[in-house]
Amino acid sequence: MRFDTVIIGGGLAGLVSGISLQQAGQQTAIISTGQNALHFFSGSFESMQEVPKRTLDLFAGAGIRVHYNPGVRLTPLGTFREAALSLEDTSLFPTPRFADKILIVSFAGYLDFFTSFLAEGLEKQGMSCRICVLNLPELEKLEQGPSEVRSVQIARTMDRIWEKVVQEIRALLRDEDTVILPQVFGLQDISVPGRIRQGVPARVVFAGTMPPSVPGIRTQMLLKQRLRVLGGTYLMGDEATRANIVDGKVHSIVTRNLGSHCLEADNFILATGSYFSKGLKTNPFSIFEPVFGLDVEYDEDRNRWYDPAFANDQPYMNYGVRTDAALHGLHKGKPIGNLFVAGSILGNTRPDLGSGAGLAIRSAQVAVDQILSL
Amino acid sequence: MKLQEYTESRHNFEECMKCTVCTAYCPVLQVNPLYPGPKQAGPDGERLRLKDPWFFNYALKYCMNCKRCEVACPSGVRVADLIQSARIRYDHTKPKLRDRILASTDLMGKLTRPVAPVVNGVTGLKIAKSAMDAMLKIDHRRTFPKYSGRSFEAWLRSHEKEQAAFPKQVAYFHGCYVNYNHPDLGKDLVKVLNALGVGVQLLDHEKCCGIAMITNGMSEQATRHAVHNIAVLKKAVVDKGLTVVTTSSSCTLTLREEYPNLLGVDNSAVHDSLLMATRYIYERLEAGAKFRFRTDFHKKIAYHVPCHMERLGWSIFSERLLRMIPGVEFTLLDSACCGIAGTYGFKKENYEASQAVGEPLFEQIRSVNPDIVACDCETCKWQIEMSTGYSVINPISILAQALAE
Ligand SMILES: Cc1cc2nc3c(=O)[nH]c(=O)nc-3n(C[C@H](O)[C@H](O)[C@H](O)COP(=O)(O)OP(=O)(O)OC[C@H]3O[C@@H](n4cnc5c(N)ncnc54)[C@H](O)[C@@H]3O)c2cc1C
Ligand code: SF4
Ligand code: SF4
Repeated sequence: MRFDTVIIGGGLAGLVSGISLQQAGQQTAIISTGQNALHFFSGSFESMQEVPKRTLDLFAGAGIRVHYNPGVRLTPLGTFREAALSLEDTSLFPTPRFADKILIVSFAGYLDFFTSFLAEGLEKQGMSCRICVLNLPELEKLEQGPSEVRSVQIARTMDRIWEKVVQEIRALLRDEDTVILPQVFGLQDISVPGRIRQGVPARVVFAGTMPPSVPGIRTQMLLKQRLRVLGGTYLMGDEATRANIVDGKVHSIVTRNLGSHCLEADNFILATGSYFSKGLKTNPFSIFEPVFGLDVEYDEDRNRWYDPAFANDQPYMNYGVRTDAALHGLHKGKPIGNLFVAGSILGNTRPDLGSGAGLAIRSAQVAVDQILSL
Repeated sequence: MKLQEYTESRHNFEECMKCTVCTAYCPVLQVNPLYPGPKQAGPDGERLRLKDPWFFNYALKYCMNCKRCEVACPSGVRVADLIQSARIRYDHTKPKLRDRILASTDLMGKLTRPVAPVVNGVTGLKIAKSAMDAMLKIDHRRTFPKYSGRSFEAWLRSHEKEQAAFPKQVAYFHGCYVNYNHPDLGKDLVKVLNALGVGVQLLDHEKCCGIAMITNGMSEQATRHAVHNIAVLKKAVVDKGLTVVTTSSSCTLTLREEYPNLLGVDNSAVHDSLLMATRYIYERLEAGAKFRFRTDFHKKIAYHVPCHMERLGWSIFSERLLRMIPGVEFTLLDSACCGIAGTYGFKKENYEASQAVGEPLFEQIRSVNPDIVACDCETCKWQIEMSTGYSVINPISILAQALAE
C-alpha cells in the first residue's frame, strides 16, 4: 500500500505532522504500536515561549482549546512550574501566590489526587487551605468494585453529573476565593470545565492527577479525530519492525500486523518517542533505535549514562537519534534522504528546537516543511 | 544481544510499567463495577497467580477478550492473552449448559439446519425467549441469528466444477456463521472473487474456529478444533499452495493469533497464508486486477471496525475497498466496541453491560444516519442491527452489490 508520507509513531509529534501534511493535500498514514506520552500530559506544553500562528490554528481546527499566559502552573504535588501555552482548563498564574483562601475538593474513594500535598505546598506560599471530600453515590459503585478507581473512570461519571458537583461545591463554599478540583472533567464533552467555572462563585483551578491524564487523553482523541476527518489513516496497535532501504532512501516499512504487505511512501517521519515509548531502546552495552538502526548520540561509558543522585538532570534523558540540520536521520554518519526524525526521540540533540511538547511540535513542523518543499 | 530473548515473560507481562493506560480503554471496566480491569486482571494478577493459584479471581470471566487493552498498551504487554490464558489454566469450573450451547456454534447449526424455519420461528417467539431466559439465562431481549435451510458447504459443492475452471484458486474458511446462518455472504464472496478470475474451494472439512469455546471455558474442545483446522489448512496451504481467505475478523484472529498464543497450537506453516478476503482482494487489485462497478450505485456507508479487526490491524483494506466503489459516501466510525463480544452479550448477566458498552457507537451511527453500516464481524452485525435498526452488511457483500453484472 502506498501513501505520500508514512509516519511511525502516533504521539504528539506524529499527529501534528500527519494533520499538517493531510491539510496540505498529502495522503498520510500514521502507524503506532500503543498509546503515547499524551496520556501523562500535565496540560502545559513545555518550551513554547512563543507560539506560531500555525500551531494555534492547528489546535483550533482540532477543537482543542488553549490559552497563552506566561507564568506558572500548579503541579499535582503542590509545587509550581513555569508554563506558558496550556490547555484552557489548566490554570496559569503570574506568581505562585494566586489566592488567599482555597477550598480543595476531592471525591471519596479517589486515591490518585493528593489533597494534603497540595495543601502543604499552597500553605508554604502563604495561602490557607481547607480540604473537603465529597461523597457521591454515583461514585460509590465504582469504589465498591474490585478495580482501582482511576481518573478516567471518574471522568466518565463526571461528564454526566458535573452539575451536581457544582451544586455541592456551592453549598460547601464559605469565604474561599478559589476552589481546586482534580482534573477529571471534560473527557468527552470539552465544554464541561468552562461550565463548572461559570457555575461556581469562586475561581476554579483544576489540578493534575496521577495518570492517566484526562486532559491529555482528550487532546489525543481530538487530534486523532481531526486526522481522520481530514482523510488521514491511523493504524492503531501496529508496529514498524524494519525498513527496506534502497539506494540510501527508505523504500518501504514492514509492520508486525501487515507482514508481507509493506507500506510504501515518498517520505517517512520517525516519531517513535523516547525510552518510554520504545523509540529508543537500551541493553547493557548500548542505546539504539530499533526500526532503522539510526545513529544514537550517547556516552560509550555506561557509568556516565545516569547520575546516582536521582533528582538530578539525568544524562540518558539527553541522548537521542542523530540528525542533520534538516532533521534527516543519520545512518553510519550518512543522512537517509527521505527520512525525517521528530519528537522526543531526538532527546536533547537539538536544543534549538526546545524540549517536551515544544520539541515535538517544532520538529514535526520542520519535517513537514521539508517534505512539502520537496 | 540475546539476553532479552531469554528473559521474555509469558505474554510479556513483566514489561508492564503500571502506567494504567489500558484501564482507560477497557469497555467492560467502564460499565461493570464487578470487573477488576485489564491491569489488575492481567499483569498485576499474573504476578500473584504465579505465586499461588489461589489468587485467581473468578471475575476474570467478565473480560470479553476484545483486545482493546492490548492495542492501547505502550509496552507491548499482551494483556487480553494473559487474562484468557489465566482462565484456561486456573478456572476449572464446568461451563454451564447455557455456555456450552452458545459456544457450540457449529453443533447448533448442524442440529437446527434441517428444521431451520421452525427454529427461527421458535427462537423468535416471546414465550420461547422467556423460557430461554428463565432456564438458560440467555437474555430475552436478544434477537437470535436466523438459521438458513441449506448450508453454504452444500451450495458450493454443487458449484465445484465451475469454480475449478477459474485460472487462479483460493480456499475459503467460511466459518459457522456463513455455513449455517448466512450462506449469502459466502455466495457474495464467490461472486466477487470470480469477477477477478479467482475460483473458490472448500477446505477438507473445516470445524468451528473455537473462539466461543475459548471464552466459555471449553479450551480442550477448542484445542481439538484447532489441531483439526491446522491439519486441513496445511493440506490447502502446504500441499496445494493455496491462499486461504476468510470473511470473519474473529475467526481470522482465532486461527492466526489465538491458536498459538492461547491454545499452544503451532500454526506457523499456514499463518502467513491466512488472509481476510478484503486484504486478498486489495492485493489482487494492487497487482493490476480490475473490477467493473455499476454506475447507478449510490450509498452512504458508515464503516465500523470490529474489535478483532482492530487487533488484526487490517481494517484499512476494507476501508480502501469501500472507498473505491463509485457512488459511495464513506464515513469511518470512531473505533469503539459494540458490546456483544461474541457470545458475551447473549448472557443474561451481561445484557445491560453489553448494551451500555455499545451505546456511544449506536449514538454515532444514529447521528451519521447511513444507508448501510459496513462491518466484517457477524456478532457486531447482530448487536448493531438489534440496537439501532440499521442494516449491517459485510464489505464483501457491499462489493458484490456494487459490481456490474
Ligand atoms: C510521563 C511523561 C510525562 C510528560 N509530560 C509532559 C508535559 O506535561 N508537558 C510536555 O510538554 N511534555 C511532557 N512530556 C514529554 C513528551 O515526551 C512530549 O511532550 C511529547 O508528548 C512527545 O511526543 P512524541 O510524539 O515525540 O512521542 P510519544 O508521545 O512517546 O509517541 C511515540 C509513539 O510511537 C509509538 N511507537 C514506538 N515505536 C514504534 C514502532 N516501532 N512502530 C510504531 N509505533 C511506535 C509509541 O507506541 C508511541 O505511541 C512527558 C513525557 C513523559 C514520558
Ligand atoms: S497499558 Fe500496558 S504497561 Fe500500562 S498498565 Fe496496562 S498492561 Fe501495564
Ligand atoms: S480484552 Fe477487552 S474486556 Fe478484556 S480486559 Fe482487555 S479491554 Fe477489557
